[in-house]
Amino acid sequence: MSRARAVDALVVGAGHNGLVAACYLARAGLSTTVVERNPYVGGAAVSRSLYPQFTYSNCSYVCSLLRPEIMRTLELPRHGLQVIPYEGGCTMMRDGGHLALYDNHDALYREIARHSKHDAEAYERYSRDMIRQCKFIKPLLLREPPDPTSFKPRDLMELLYLARRFHGLGERGMCDTLRFWTMSAADFLDEYFESEIVKAHLAGSSIIGTALGPRSPGTAYVLLHHYMGDIDDTVGAWGFARGGMGSISNALAASLQESGGEVRTGAGVERILVRGGRAVGVRLQNGEEIAARLVLSNMDLKRTFLESIDLEWLPEEFVSRVRNFKIRGSSGKLNIALDGLPSFPAIPAGAPCIRGDMHVTDTIEMMERAYDDWKAGRWSRAPYIDMLIPSQIDPTMAPHGKHYMSVFVQYCPYELADGPWNDERRRAFGDTVIETIGRQSPDFKKLILHAEIRTPWDIEREVGLTEGNIFQGELTMDQLLFNRPIPGYAQYRTPIRGLYLCGSSTHPGGGVMGAPGANAARAVLRDLGRRMAA
Amino acid sequence: MSLRASSNAVDCLVIGAGHNGLVCAAVLARAGRSVLVLEAGQTIGGASVTREFAPGFRVSAGAHLLHSMPATLRHELRLEQHGLIAAATRMPTTALLEHAPPLAVEAWACGVESEARAAFDARMRRVARALAPIIERRPPRIGSGGMRDVLEWLRSALRLRLLGRRDLRELLRVGGMNVYDLLEEQFESVALQGALALDAVLGSNFGPRSPGTVFTLLYRMAGQELALAEGTELPRGGMGAVCAALAAAATAAGAAVRTGAPVARIVIDADRASGVELADGERIAARTVISSADPKTTLLRLVGPRHLDAGFVRRVDRLRGRGLAAKLHLALDRAPAFTGLEPGRLGSRLLIAPSMAYVERAFDHSKYGEFAPEPVMEITVPSAVDPTLAPQGRHVLSAVVQYAPYELKGGWSDGRAGAIERLLGMLERHAPGLRDSVVGAELLAPPDIEREFRIDGGHWHHAELAFDQFHLLRPVPGASGHRLDIPGLYLCGAGCHPGGGVIGLAGRNAARCLLEHGE
Amino acid sequence: MSDRPDPPAHYREPLLQTPFHARARALSQVDQFTPWSGYTTVDVFTTVEQEYFAIRNAAALYDLTPMSKYRIGGPDAVDFLDRLLTRRASGLAPGRLAYCLWCDDDGHLVDDGTLFRLDETEYRLCAASRQLDWLAASAIGFDVQIDEVTAQIAALALQGPTSCSVLKAAGLVGIEHLKPFQLGRYDCGWPLIVSRSGFTGDLGYELWMEPDHALGVWDRLHEVGRSRGLRAIGSKALNVARIEAGFIAPNIDFIPASHALRANRARSPLELGLERFVDFDKGHFTGRRALLAERERGPRRRLVGLDVGGNKPAHDALLYAERAGRREVGAVTSAVWSPTCKRNIALAMVNWPHCTEGSALWADIYLNRELVWERRMTAARVVDRVFFSPERRRRTPAVDA
Repeated sequence: MSRARAVDALVVGAGHNGLVAACYLARAGLSTTVVERNPYVGGAAVSRSLYPQFTYSNCSYVCSLLRPEIMRTLELPRHGLQVIPYEGGCTMMRDGGHLALYDNHDALYREIARHSKHDAEAYERYSRDMIRQCKFIKPLLLREPPDPTSFKPRDLMELLYLARRFHGLGERGMCDTLRFWTMSAADFLDEYFESEIVKAHLAGSSIIGTALGPRSPGTAYVLLHHYMGDIDDTVGAWGFARGGMGSISNALAASLQESGGEVRTGAGVERILVRGGRAVGVRLQNGEEIAARLVLSNMDLKRTFLESIDLEWLPEEFVSRVRNFKIRGSSGKLNIALDGLPSFPAIPAGAPCIRGDMHVTDTIEMMERAYDDWKAGRWSRAPYIDMLIPSQIDPTMAPHGKHYMSVFVQYCPYELADGPWNDERRRAFGDTVIETIGRQSPDFKKLILHAEIRTPWDIEREVGLTEGNIFQGELTMDQLLFNRPIPGYAQYRTPIRGLYLCGSSTHPGGGVMGAPGANAARAVLRDLGRRMAA
Repeated sequence: MSLRASSNAVDCLVIGAGHNGLVCAAVLARAGRSVLVLEAGQTIGGASVTREFAPGFRVSAGAHLLHSMPATLRHELRLEQHGLIAAATRMPTTALLEHAPPLAVEAWACGVESEARAAFDARMRRVARALAPIIERRPPRIGSGGMRDVLEWLRSALRLRLLGRRDLRELLRVGGMNVYDLLEEQFESVALQGALALDAVLGSNFGPRSPGTVFTLLYRMAGQELALAEGTELPRGGMGAVCAALAAAATAAGAAVRTGAPVARIVIDADRASGVELADGERIAARTVISSADPKTTLLRLVGPRHLDAGFVRRVDRLRGRGLAAKLHLALDRAPAFTGLEPGRLGSRLLIAPSMAYVERAFDHSKYGEFAPEPVMEITVPSAVDPTLAPQGRHVLSAVVQYAPYELKGGWSDGRAGAIERLLGMLERHAPGLRDSVVGAELLAPPDIEREFRIDGGHWHHAELAFDQFHLLRPVPGASGHRLDIPGLYLCGAGCHPGGGVIGLAGRNAARCLLEHGE
Repeated sequence: MSDRPDPPAHYREPLLQTPFHARARALSQVDQFTPWSGYTTVDVFTTVEQEYFAIRNAAALYDLTPMSKYRIGGPDAVDFLDRLLTRRASGLAPGRLAYCLWCDDDGHLVDDGTLFRLDETEYRLCAASRQLDWLAASAIGFDVQIDEVTAQIAALALQGPTSCSVLKAAGLVGIEHLKPFQLGRYDCGWPLIVSRSGFTGDLGYELWMEPDHALGVWDRLHEVGRSRGLRAIGSKALNVARIEAGFIAPNIDFIPASHALRANRARSPLELGLERFVDFDKGHFTGRRALLAERERGPRRRLVGLDVGGNKPAHDALLYAERAGRREVGAVTSAVWSPTCKRNIALAMVNWPHCTEGSALWADIYLNRELVWERRMTAARVVDRVFFSPERRRRTPAVDA
């Protein structure tokens, strides 16, 4: 070892979960170092300047799930994080119509009633049911999932806690919850709405980042993501981090440094070192070795175990489970610098919904067909896109009068059926997306100053997410809760003593939530006999 | 044999002489209840029936294989004594492939990756065995139940824990998975994957990539575990023989079966089921009414929303029960010659599902109301083992055609001929010359199944078999235990747990439920 | 379905205006408006006190247009209503209306409202909030036509002792013979429907008309009412009167079952003290089995009237069984000083057995006295919650005051 003194905790990867975990450990008095391959912190929560004077949130692009408990305990606002809610959203229709979702309850009613009076009223029942589910789920996010096969008191207590909470829902509530967790988004929405456009708009949040279509069972609960937002106590609020998503990571890094932790960028890990079944540190790509009593990996499951550790230390069955971990990429992203605000004729002039998420997919069938393309190994010919122009709200993202547009694209495969990704195919993928937007905005194409096109393949290369899966592993029933990432290893610990996982591969999964990092830190501290700051 | 006066009301009136209705009637009659079964059609059998479809050719018009009827049930009702004889047991399964010889896929003699196949089968069977009691028993209530229900839950939990940590973890993992990913993990052979995936999606509204399809596979295997050693069976005389035996068992125990007696409505008096009214106006009084009709028919049509709560009716109305499987029946003037198929295997299940991607593609078409250009089929040639079904030397081909949407774009009356043509074309590719041997053909699309078997939506499980319509959620929350909120009214059809597929458990459990409640 | 084509830019004006809005705005002195079911309505015109006394002393005019109104017709309309409502709809004669309740499957109150039987075949259901979702669910399997007519019908409540004479003066001949819960039809060149009903517990009428004639009616009533003390009132004054009458209000005294985020917060008619509007013998209705079971089990809590000591309204007060404030037994839902009864009254949800009449409770009242909070443990007694019900409310022919 080149360094004589071992750090207490070494975190591999300065993504938001790695930083969250590090912050909690440093606050508990552990000497903590985070090493990051890229020359900047943040992983997939970054603000990048890839075109002069513009700031791109070039991976993740909305801040809604970040747990308020974490923001408060780690004092992120004091370290510069400011979250501004965005204003509704809309879907533009192919026939020139639109559906807007306004924050104002009465405006929203009138807007939905324009499409269907029945749906305008059903929307209230829908919201009620979603909020009911949220109330059930939220407290579970910051808890370690129990191992249902274990007889340890802690697991039994935790199972009992879950059982009691569940039982508290009452007979009807329990049945509704079971159905909600197992239904497809399309079937679930059918229980409320008749209008195709209302269903299509709402279904969008059920497919983001998944390798499933809106008709696949198990997608209904993903609709919750739109209701889990917790900005200033407003249920369902989504927001922009002022200065881009990187400001979350920067605030975390600042919080960490204040607690005495250290972040080393440009320090890619080549190997996690294991001696006698115990993690003892890492070797960097430059050959430097850092000794550590504990290692936390913020990398995804596959990168941690298949690329950074000698397999000899791992049980064979564990390795085969890791290999079978489903982490298929399904999303692409365009980051676009615009010379001005594009016009969208479908949207009434001045409507605030263009300061929210905008969509162009007006039927569930379109989404399902987009998914069929992905299954066949090609990007969707008519993709589902989630576009936002944060510079309308956040003046720091682009020069005055110019705009930054973030376009999230579903579906885009990691591997194409007709050959590997290359510049030409990437451009063709980008053109598909730009054409799709152009159909709703006549001046859009002319306003483009620069566009960064990111396929799952690019996301893997740059961010390190295997196959470019934005959630570090698919969020399907077999990879959730006590199954995440692998049955029997859902409690942040691994077969190697002293090695923990703290990334989104663990419960409760992806999204810029910070919960996996906080839960992992709690597991580490419990193993050390300490308690975590609340 | 009918009861006309309301003064001598029967104890139990069963609506529908399908297998579940008959099982229910037999169990009740054996427990000493006076039982009357009313069947709308002219013959008994429901969807487990043998009928002529071309002069001299008979076929199991609904279900065509018996694979999940529990051995305990057959024993309890002594179906063998009542005439149920197998024409074939432990039927092997053969995957038909276009550019390769047919592949044996049964676990005990798989043509490829035999070791992995056997290991997979053994592991899945262990898990299925643990699930079998859950399939077999009536779902306990949750939340509002009594001590008995709590004990039942604990029992189920304990049984699962006894699987051992490894298998339990495997169950918890694969339980919610799609069969596509699981089979990708397990096998290299796409032909084997395709054949196994078909068992997971047969009769469901899913493609191999749909989450929950491992569960539907386990469900099928659990049923097979309950059926014990016989494996997949062809009853002699077709599936109608099953119901004939059941009816014999029921009548031997004193039950009466009346055909041609369509029930127009269930009579509710003072919030209690008190009998039925037939289509011709005749009223029959009964202390309890047990319906084996599908839940929508029973609740929305026969009982009627005015006797039910609005929220409950909304749930029933939203019940998904659109069939996605069709039946193809062909009368052949000679034995079909499937390329490369050993003559001895003509009596096996023949599958056209050459890969999972193929099956998924066929499913994709159905999502948009299209009939796949390359359909998926489970084919049997029952006449190969049962000479009673076709004239000497001639043959009957019966196939479940997966992914025939209920609402076909353009409608079935226009689409039927094309669909048959497409199916014959597909069969011709596997059995050259088959087309010329066809002397009669019939395709039952889901709307035909709806009409012929009086199942709303034409789904052979009465209600789609999916997680959110399973166990205590089946058919809808609040009606999962056979017994409805209206005293004296019970459900015993495939819409109840554990679903359809000629299992008979829904009928037996409903009867037991009724007896437990002292009715 | 939609009443009139909406401009696709509601974000600018999310609230609709009732046909009376122009007059209401002109009369508003304090600019206090509040949204109600998508409409702008007046909270207070001048002062709550002045408006309140118009109700109890003279005549008060209140804009009811935002009430959600549904026309219900079709061959199964009666069956549909009988299954929907806890009362017998088939017993309602043409030309009459009734207060009614509807519950969900658990027997929890979805909402209350009034059912009008306009003629042999046509009904109208009025409720404080939108009900289409529940009506649509309840209509599955019934041959019934349900149309929302909220915007097609303008409505005014004219309440108070001089209300009959105002209407007579306005030319409604024979109005004094209209019995409570009866409908009167007048031909003014266009159809005007008057019902003897209201939300004040006083003599009063409700007028239903086409929006085109709304301002004419308003002006005419003001014209003849000026000398009879008529005054336009807002929701705040009405709220005082309805508490005195012991009427419940959604989201104040109960959470509609269709809105309850916590399913166990919804309340049944039995808990709300409305059992006299539940007819268990009329055949099945939604929630009947749950309500029967509840009746069997006995009540857990009940909405009661409270006579509170002192003169400070017991807003939001927690209720205790003893003065020390250890055993919490309920909470106040509505509270007001009754200027007519000269009593400090409240409606409260109280646990069994403390909800029986005569029970002595303690209300924990917080008073803000020039930014200093004081806590008063005040004695309160459970009483019948109809605090005010004058003879004139029932008498027919109605007497002019």
